[in-house]
Amino acid sequence: MADKQDNMNRRKFLREGLWGACLAGVGTAAGLGVARSNPDNMVWQIDPYKCIACGNCATYCALEDSAVKCVQVYAMCGYCDLCTAYLVPEPKALDTGAENELCPTGAIKRTYIEDPYYEYTIDEPLCNGCGKCVKGCMIFGNGSLFLQVRHDRCKNCNECAIAAACPSQAFKRVPADRPYLLKGADHKS
Amino acid sequence: MMRFARITSRSRVPQNMPHSPFCGTWISLVLMILLTLCLSAQGEIRFPPPEFESGYTFPQTTSPAAQPVYREYIDAAVLVVGLFLASYLILKRRSRRAVFVLMIVALLYFGFVRDGCICPIGAIQNVTLTAFDSDYAIPIAAAIFFVVPLVFTLFHGRVFCGAICPLGAIQDVVLIRPVAVPRWLESGLRLMAYTYLGAAVLFAATGSAFIICRYDPFVGFFRLGGNWNILIVGASLLLIGLFIGRPYCRFLCPYGVVLRNLSRLSKRRVTITPSECIQCRLCENACPFGAIREPTEDWPEGEYRIAKKRLALFLVLLPVLVAGGVWGGYTLRNQLARVHPRVRTAERIYLEEAGKVQGTTNVSDAFRATGQTFEVLYEDATRFRGQFGLGGALLGGFVGLVAGGKLIALSVRRRRTEYEADLASCVACARCYRSCPKEHERLKKSKEAVVGRA
Repeated sequence: MADKQDNMNRRKFLREGLWGACLAGVGTAAGLGVARSNPDNMVWQIDPYKCIACGNCATYCALEDSAVKCVQVYAMCGYCDLCTAYLVPEPKALDTGAENELCPTGAIKRTYIEDPYYEYTIDEPLCNGCGKCVKGCMIFGNGSLFLQVRHDRCKNCNECAIAAACPSQAFKRVPADRPYLLKGADHKS
Repeated sequence: MMRFARITSRSRVPQNMPHSPFCGTWISLVLMILLTLCLSAQGEIRFPPPEFESGYTFPQTTSPAAQPVYREYIDAAVLVVGLFLASYLILKRRSRRAVFVLMIVALLYFGFVRDGCICPIGAIQNVTLTAFDSDYAIPIAAAIFFVVPLVFTLFHGRVFCGAICPLGAIQDVVLIRPVAVPRWLESGLRLMAYTYLGAAVLFAATGSAFIICRYDPFVGFFRLGGNWNILIVGASLLLIGLFIGRPYCRFLCPYGVVLRNLSRLSKRRVTITPSECIQCRLCENACPFGAIREPTEDWPEGEYRIAKKRLALFLVLLPVLVAGGVWGGYTLRNQLARVHPRVRTAERIYLEEAGKVQGTTNVSDAFRATGQTFEVLYEDATRFRGQFGLGGALLGGFVGLVAGGKLIALSVRRRRTEYEADLASCVACARCYRSCPKEHERLKKSKEAVVGRA
């Protein structure tokens, strides 16, 4: 009986010791977490200078309707009549005919401003983030159209499914108070 | 900016461009390259924005704000409050009904309102990456979500699993007709969870992928849409979960592995009976997760001799299993390394350069456009392969060790005099309380006390 008591005490001692060690381990993890944590919330964003407009953004997002949309930086746009982001490579006419449009969902609105300039605006609910226009604008135009993660839609997944599928590793985490990497003066590549 | 200018001017020659100022001779192309290199800021503007006469001004590009950071602090606060409440309801109130209500609330909040992200299961990877990559800063919410349930488990057992985890809850609500799983099978299947944990740590540590998030089976249900393959896996798990309670928790959940082992040491935990066990056997089938252990007799003489031999065999087998695991993990290093995007890029570029494949892919095109040298890429890939050699060996050794340990645990019989909830397997769902006659006695007494006071 005394032996058994002894045994129980030893077991209890081991348990207590292990318990303390585990608590210390968890405490260390907590300390590491707090010391190395980022008080800024970080969110996903596309570096437009790395993006190759491959089209993965349209299909890989965890959301049915991708959180990535095309954006237009108007101050960079050439307002061309022959817009290679808006029109298919050899358009029948330079107009808003559906057969001439490059965008598969008709999400780019073309508005006449003054001769010979047209404004191109993205209708975000229609845009699926496929980047066809981005490619057109990048190759032949000013590159004023590019893809960005829209943070009113993005769920900020722990691992972004598009980032994992991005061939050019253009996705990165940016501080939530500056959540866009817009081309132009405020962006350093 | 410089880089972009060079890419556009080198690889993209404007063709068939009636409105282009650079409609294309080679001389103008060379001029353009020189011009873009000199005036890098203007390099990407091929068609200068017009100066409008009609008074048109450039609209601003909209930029909807990201979710404010305080949302994460609210989540963390809800988690802590939820866990305190769960501990109280499970250990003190001992009410399955109350636990169920809390579980549903947690499922709605962490699952459907917060879209299942961030969760402690995935936070394992954030913590691992923090430990291995000095450039990575863990989101504070991920650190809190990882640590808090561990602390609660050390004090109160797996109350997180039972009442707060949305993944547990969604499986718990579909369970209608529990089928018992033999203990050896349960133990064997649980090896998947250990392997999953090891692999998740390996891939997170090497910065390759967050596989727990990538293959989260239920997040698609919380968001009402997602990757179809994973939705099908999730639906299958729920279908299995109609009969085999909480299959993800028991056989796959990597965080569950951590919690179950911490729960072995917890200060307080679920006890089936509120006072003493009278061995009435009424609780025997009360647990749908096979976590109730019956009292054990001593081995009969004949069986004991066989069991002793078996134990000796397994003890000898343990180092063999570990060695086999190390060898297997090391052998698989190149396959494992392929999960890392850098290694995949290097392999593709190598095949293209060696002329073993025709054409290019988006990945190789994107790499070439960066202007990095192949040597740097190959060096990176070699380094990652080295890491996966060590990591794969450790992972394999870990799996071998766990497998051997399980064999040994299954062949050791611990003497038990009462029916009790298994230290590790009990997920603190509070289902078993009502099956105990002593519990009914307690409830009656407390009811009488209330009535008496009134």
